[in-house]
Amino acid sequence: MNALSPSTTKSFPGAIRMAAVAFAVTIVLAGASLLPEANPLHVSAFVVSLAGKYLAYAILALSVDLVWGFAGILTLGHAAFFALGGYAMGMYLMREIGTRGVYGNPDLPDFMIFLSWKSLPWYWWGTDHFAWAMLLVLIVPGILAGVFGWLAFRSRVSGVYLSIITQALTYALMLAFFQNGLGFGGNNGLTDFKDILGADLHSPLTRAVLLVMTGTVLAGCLVLSRWLVSGRFGYLLVAVRDAESRTRFLGYRPEQAKLLIWVFSAMVAGIGGALYVTQVGIINPGEFAPANSIESVIWVAVGGRGTLSGSVLGAVLVNCGKTLFTAWLPEFWLYGLGLLFLVTTLFLPQGLMGLRYHLATKRPEEVTPEVSNPEGEEA
Amino acid sequence: MCRFSRFLWAGAVCLLLAFSGMQVAVADEFSGLESGQFNTIANTVSALVASGNSQAGAVIDALGKRHLFYSPAGGVFIRSGSTYVDARTGQFVQNTPADLKPVRMNNYVRQVLASANAELELLSPQDAVRLKAATQMYAQHNPVMLPAINHALALEKNSRVRLKLEQASAAIVLAQPMKTGDEASRLAAVKALGSAADLEARGVLSAVAMSDHETAEVRKAAADTVSSIDLKQRLWSILQNAFYGLSYGSVLLLAATGLAITFGVMGVINMAHGELMMIGAYTTWMVQQGIRATVLWLEPVSLLVAIPVAFCVCGLLGILIERGLIRFLYGRPLETLLATWGLSLILQQAIRSIFGPTNIAVVTPAWLSGSWMLGSVDITLNRLAIFVFAFLVLAALMLIMRKTSLGLEMRAVTQNRRMAALMGIRTPRVDALAFGLGAGLAGLAGVAVSQIDNVSPNLGQSYIIDSFMVVVFGGVGNLWGTLAAAMTLGMGGKILEPTIGAVSAKISILVLVILYIQRHPRGMFPVRGRGVES
Amino acid sequence: MSDILPKLSRRAFGRLALASSVAAIGAAYRPGQALAAAPTGQPIKVGILHSLSGTMAISETTLKDVMLMLIAEQNRKGGLLGRPLEPVIVDPASNWPLFAEKARQLLSVDKVDAVFGCWTSVSRKSVLPVFEELNGILFYPVQYEGQECSRNIFYTGAAPNQQAIPAVDYLLSEEGGSAKRFALVGTDYVYPRTTNQILANYLKSKGIKDEDIMVNYTPFGQSDWQTIVSQIKAFGAAGKKTAVVSTINGDANVPFYKELGNQGVSATDIPVMAFSVGEEELAGMDTAPLVGQLAAWNYFESIDTPENKLFIKEWHEFTKNPKRTTNDPMEAHYIGFNMWVQAVTKAGTTDHDKVIDTMIGIRQPNLTGGVAQMLPNHHLTKPVYIGEIQDDGQFSVVWKTPSTIAGQAWSPWVPETKNLIGDWSKPISCGNYNTATKTCIGKKHV
Repeated sequence: MNALSPSTTKSFPGAIRMAAVAFAVTIVLAGASLLPEANPLHVSAFVVSLAGKYLAYAILALSVDLVWGFAGILTLGHAAFFALGGYAMGMYLMREIGTRGVYGNPDLPDFMIFLSWKSLPWYWWGTDHFAWAMLLVLIVPGILAGVFGWLAFRSRVSGVYLSIITQALTYALMLAFFQNGLGFGGNNGLTDFKDILGADLHSPLTRAVLLVMTGTVLAGCLVLSRWLVSGRFGYLLVAVRDAESRTRFLGYRPEQAKLLIWVFSAMVAGIGGALYVTQVGIINPGEFAPANSIESVIWVAVGGRGTLSGSVLGAVLVNCGKTLFTAWLPEFWLYGLGLLFLVTTLFLPQGLMGLRYHLATKRPEEVTPEVSNPEGEEA
Repeated sequence: MCRFSRFLWAGAVCLLLAFSGMQVAVADEFSGLESGQFNTIANTVSALVASGNSQAGAVIDALGKRHLFYSPAGGVFIRSGSTYVDARTGQFVQNTPADLKPVRMNNYVRQVLASANAELELLSPQDAVRLKAATQMYAQHNPVMLPAINHALALEKNSRVRLKLEQASAAIVLAQPMKTGDEASRLAAVKALGSAADLEARGVLSAVAMSDHETAEVRKAAADTVSSIDLKQRLWSILQNAFYGLSYGSVLLLAATGLAITFGVMGVINMAHGELMMIGAYTTWMVQQGIRATVLWLEPVSLLVAIPVAFCVCGLLGILIERGLIRFLYGRPLETLLATWGLSLILQQAIRSIFGPTNIAVVTPAWLSGSWMLGSVDITLNRLAIFVFAFLVLAALMLIMRKTSLGLEMRAVTQNRRMAALMGIRTPRVDALAFGLGAGLAGLAGVAVSQIDNVSPNLGQSYIIDSFMVVVFGGVGNLWGTLAAAMTLGMGGKILEPTIGAVSAKISILVLVILYIQRHPRGMFPVRGRGVES
Repeated sequence: MSDILPKLSRRAFGRLALASSVAAIGAAYRPGQALAAAPTGQPIKVGILHSLSGTMAISETTLKDVMLMLIAEQNRKGGLLGRPLEPVIVDPASNWPLFAEKARQLLSVDKVDAVFGCWTSVSRKSVLPVFEELNGILFYPVQYEGQECSRNIFYTGAAPNQQAIPAVDYLLSEEGGSAKRFALVGTDYVYPRTTNQILANYLKSKGIKDEDIMVNYTPFGQSDWQTIVSQIKAFGAAGKKTAVVSTINGDANVPFYKELGNQGVSATDIPVMAFSVGEEELAGMDTAPLVGQLAAWNYFESIDTPENKLFIKEWHEFTKNPKRTTNDPMEAHYIGFNMWVQAVTKAGTTDHDKVIDTMIGIRQPNLTGGVAQMLPNHHLTKPVYIGEIQDDGQFSVVWKTPSTIAGQAWSPWVPETKNLIGDWSKPISCGNYNTATKTCIGKKHV
């Protein structure tokens, strides 16, 4: 089914290079933000939080690329894992507020008092411990992905069907989290965080550290992902992606490979969400919106599917564009975003990374189309 | 409960006092209309009707149409066209005062006006008008109306109107506090109301059953009748919920049939499907506006005119989309998803730029408003129309697929594109027409949805996920499956909703569908055969 | 419309302000006649933080337009402190985290001196920490659930006691039909939840029993109201006069009213009192079946005062559309903007701390013939009107409060906030001051 056959082997040095770049950029930005404001090299808190947000999105894009680019699962619901990670972090941050909330209650977050809750629901237990919250960031998306993936891959739900039920999953979660009765603040979500591990979230130093943390985690995920998809397992994934039945006939268990990468990817997305919440300062059910998931797919498509580093590039570039356009041409940015979808799918099926290879090597052997799969320009 | 009846009684007494007071205090029965006080206006209206003044009918009619004006300096006038008539005399007025204001109106006045109107209509020569008036009297069971009702009962020949009037009289009797010695009449009234067995009757009877001022026997009779009404209502409510489910299902069906063609038959994931519906709804609005501006007599049927127009507009747009975009993406279904998503963003913003971001008002024609009672089941006409329309559309689509050469070619292309091409079918043409057909169906869905939902640039987004669920749940490529899935989801949602609430019902349905697809990846009615692999 | 302040000064002031503003606006529209010297120098930037795309664009685009109109008008009057005003528009695209990001951009990159924006509660909650961190000024123009009082936000919309409670009072009154049974129907988010909680407690205090209150929540964008309307009908059939209090949000109102009309529920049987349906929403509906349904606001387009006429005329000229409606949040921005202009003029600077302190006590004639005053809790005094929907898409006022009502940041009908007040004037300087323990729970401003 897949029209793309990305030049996977070539991209790996790219992934490492991208990890180094991401790490270096965050160090530089974080350093510059700590300079006194008069210094011409000073970077404002606005830029730091923007960069943090972009990199958190880049982690989400990376996780989408892992499943879409390497296992051929077009997920339209990955933002759900991102948001779940975010909520787990948000719960910890809410508990950190303690008595500084508007009602001064040491246990219950403001929104619970607001809606006359008398005690914490059981799933909030332990969220005041950072370590437990971090564990939740990993295991909640991991378990959900595990159950969902186990059912889906075992029944050989694939392709478009899988895409649509992932979308239904995130939509159902969005509706659920919108409910005030669920105990996650309903539509308002979790917000007005004060500090993390005792460090003031609004101080430049904390921001700088968080940015570096995000860069480090992104770099780590890039390296880990590269390791995961480069060896035997990587070849198996690509084989599953390109010819699932044939792989099965050869004696492999495609569903296990898919499940593994799917759960790993969901955990990566969850980490991205946790880092996102610390820097954006709010998490609410809007993050589950199906549109967000679809947008994260387009970041990957713009950057170049199946290239790891391309997804990071795509996430950062598209979000930069969004920030600039919503400021310059607020009424036209949706046209821009829409066109980006069209142009990418029509003219850049391999994204910016593909374009780079195309320019550099004219026509590399790796992109020769597969049998029976017409490229866009031929149909 | 007794407080309620006491209140009604007190209200009646006040009202009566007000009439008598007014007739003494003010020189004429019209001057209350000039007061600007809602209570005074309402009392004046009642008094006018009771007085039998020859101008009363005209005044009440004008007030209902908001054609009644007053001058703070004195004088009540009825507007007819551009001229004014003095309400007191019925004479044309040459020079009306400059400071005319409409006589003020609120729900209280409107209610009194409605009963006044009903009172006048009770003596109408037409059965239907009298029945409507009697029904209104019954619904309001205003004690002031009792003499009028009894008067009408004495004259009434039509049995249905008689029954309604008897029920109305019974409701009024029961709504008044118990007086000693009228136990027998109250028991009879309870019985009469029991024959109505609707929500109004239940309201009156449950008040009686809980009242401390009734005798035990009356209370028991009322309570028994209430529980028998409740039982009947519960049985009816099953049918009522079935209707809600069917009507919700038919909306889903309409939204999904277009997708069943583009997705099921062609394998194209058209995320802009919702936006095509939205454009269908906007087309309906433009047709209505156009007809209103040009051929006014067509206005009541503008919705019918909009149906073919919306089909053509969306169909042509669909062909354009297929030729300009989709055809470059065949064989890459996941890419069509992204491209059409981009397209949907552009279409939304384009509509927002052209028509503005706010809702637009699509008019529901009079013949589609209101409802029709089938026993105790409330059949709302617009829902019924959508139900019928959805089935007509499905039937037409089946005919196209089975009986026309286009349908034959489409099925051939679905089953084996290459073979079909080799047999001489021009597959690009079939693709374009099939996509156009799917888009046109979305347009039709838009016309239907404009009658029940708000029409704004966001319209499409609320339907897209549901429509995909329907198609996937039913089994891709199978119209019967789409029908079954739409009805299952519609009924399921409506069965769950009264018990667990709208939000949870929706979530449960989504989760159930997800689980079902996990078990049966190809939906309820999978298409079997070689051609459908992958 | 009387006011809580001494009559003489209020009248004198009101007249003066009215006369001058009328003169200024009138002059502005006479071409060639310059009223004031053209403003010069470094512009003062005003941020506009309203969604221009996404689901909320439907409501918020109008508020962006009205801000542009107010700023243009102020510039024609000679700007502010002799300097021109410059609007900075951003599009948070109905995306709540993006609201926070755009707020940060406005405050730290564009360095605006005041921001007018937000509609939904969640967008306000999202930007609140940013405004407090960067000490910005936000004018929030929409009726909301209360239970918040930030030093950096001026709440120019209605608090629950300025909309919900008077509306229920009306329904309980004889004129309003003496309702004895209430269905509280809303969209499932914080504003309806809180409002309904306040109303339920209030109704109980008025002797309404638990079984006479029905509460129902629906998801955003609910379009199938068949079941809920039939539940309301059944609820209304218990033999007591029933009223619906609707906190249904935005788009979901159209199908709700359509369903009411189709199931034959008219305003005379079961009136529906809405808190989120204004002229703008009615413009997108076929209003014929809705005649008589109610809404409670602090402003209606149909209110006949010279100020309002002028405002509407100006709005039509500015938008070049004689059919554009005006609504309550627009008036809130009108009041908020003019108050800010007054405060900056009075303080002689745009310094945020000074302006925030000066704002308290500022008085501005509203568009309905009264005067709004900024209270120490950053809420306004507002009159409350009940309007009935007419078939022309306007409201006819059927009831109004005898005087303006002071906004309460914290509801006395919620047990947890019974003793809380907000007071940003010295010496309390606290957003959540407990009057029982005489302590400030939150951060006191020093």
